[in-house]
Amino acid sequence: MKRAEIIEKIISFMSEEFEVEPEVIKPEAELMKTLDLDSLDLVDLVVIIEKNFGFKVEAKDFVNIKTFGDFFEYVCQKLNITE
Amino acid sequence: MRRVVVTGMGIHSCIGYSIDEVRDSLFKGKSGIVFDPERKQLGFRSALTGKVDMPDIKGKVSRRERVGMADEGIYAYAATDQAFLHAKIDMDFLEKNEVGILYGNDSSAKAVIDAADIMREKKDTMLLGSGAIFQGMNSTVTMNLATIFKLRGINFTISGACASGSHAIGLGYLMIRSGLQEIVLCGGAQEVNHHSMASFDGLSAFSTRESEPEKACRPFDKDRDGLVPSGGAASLILESYESAVKRGVPILAEVIGYGFSSNGSHISVPNVDGPFRSLNMAIKDSGLDLRDIDYVNAHATATPVGDMNEAKAIDLAFGEHKPYVSSTKSMTGHECWMAGASEAVYSVIMMHNDFVAPNINFSQPGEEAKPLNITPVTVEMKVNTVLSNSFGFGGTNSTLILRKFVK
Repeated sequence: MKRAEIIEKIISFMSEEFEVEPEVIKPEAELMKTLDLDSLDLVDLVVIIEKNFGFKVEAKDFVNIKTFGDFFEYVCQKLNITE
Repeated sequence: MRRVVVTGMGIHSCIGYSIDEVRDSLFKGKSGIVFDPERKQLGFRSALTGKVDMPDIKGKVSRRERVGMADEGIYAYAATDQAFLHAKIDMDFLEKNEVGILYGNDSSAKAVIDAADIMREKKDTMLLGSGAIFQGMNSTVTMNLATIFKLRGINFTISGACASGSHAIGLGYLMIRSGLQEIVLCGGAQEVNHHSMASFDGLSAFSTRESEPEKACRPFDKDRDGLVPSGGAASLILESYESAVKRGVPILAEVIGYGFSSNGSHISVPNVDGPFRSLNMAIKDSGLDLRDIDYVNAHATATPVGDMNEAKAIDLAFGEHKPYVSSTKSMTGHECWMAGASEAVYSVIMMHNDFVAPNINFSQPGEEAKPLNITPVTVEMKVNTVLSNSFGFGGTNSTLILRKFVK
């Protein structure tokens, strides 16, 4: 799977799960604020990432994820996607 | 003591998803029972069940709020949304006034089993998601409805087996009568999924007349062979008379009596003494004469012993007076934790529409039912006062008396 496909997949399941328009999920947008997430929602975010990509996000990893761009990068790194 | 009135009702059941639909089903004697092939594949002795569709609440309730809702909570939301609308109570009122919730529920089996399945597969509790805890607790209905509707009064769940919904109304009535609350949302909810009914099926308590689902539930009939599981949710808005007058809303009925007792005997086999004491306590509480009761909505689930002992208790309590008796479970099946609340709703519907709903599938009376005035057909008549019984495992009994409101 290529980077663009990964990003497309993330936008699709995040917009569906958190009920936002796909257009608001932009690399520069803040993840927590855009999706209106609280601490409980982060648990659900862990669940859907595991369902879609098969790995579990550790709580400490969220510390460095501010924007969707950070999140796309983080997922690609975890999956060893470079292009 | 203050008077307690009903100012709103809502229902989501196998015989209708609104008060009007349910009214028509009750009048026509329409059954909501079907054969569910999946249960047979799962090894159920009986695949009969009430058919209750899941309401679509997306768009009405936010994702964050929906995540913690189990099946019975979603049914309860649908019923409560109708009830508040009926009572002319909106979110603005709820945020500014102290409205309570007392709701009957006694399981959330599907949520717990689904969570256990994920735990076994993933071996990581975080992967259960954020909603599992809120879905799986017995108080799932009250915690969710109290949050969604911003309720600020009394807030807890009544787990009294198949009398849960009835006790919830009884306790709401006591709270308002004593002046502790002005308005309480009361009701009962019951999940309908196979997860919640498997262990009950294992007791061989369900009817196996699978070839004729609509004829399977036969309360008081000589050939009854067990209950049919069912569910959904029913909500009633109980309110002090003063509050209803102040708000200028129509009064649907008055709650005038609550009786209760515990059998103090077997965990699943009911007796006569417990229900008899519950009946008498409610009648005494209402201050009525027995002859004032027009209709008895029986608990009668169609189990051989349960119906027999309830018939004896009713006969013993009423003696020469023979009010009409029917078990609406002949149409709905046994709505379990919800039943006491739904049967209060069914009773008020009958009061408002001048009929007694039939005890369908009553072809030949069982020996013990012969002294009762059980009606197999709809009776068009004025119904002013109703007594409704609900009994549950562990020998918990609840009796409510509702009356047409007279100023």
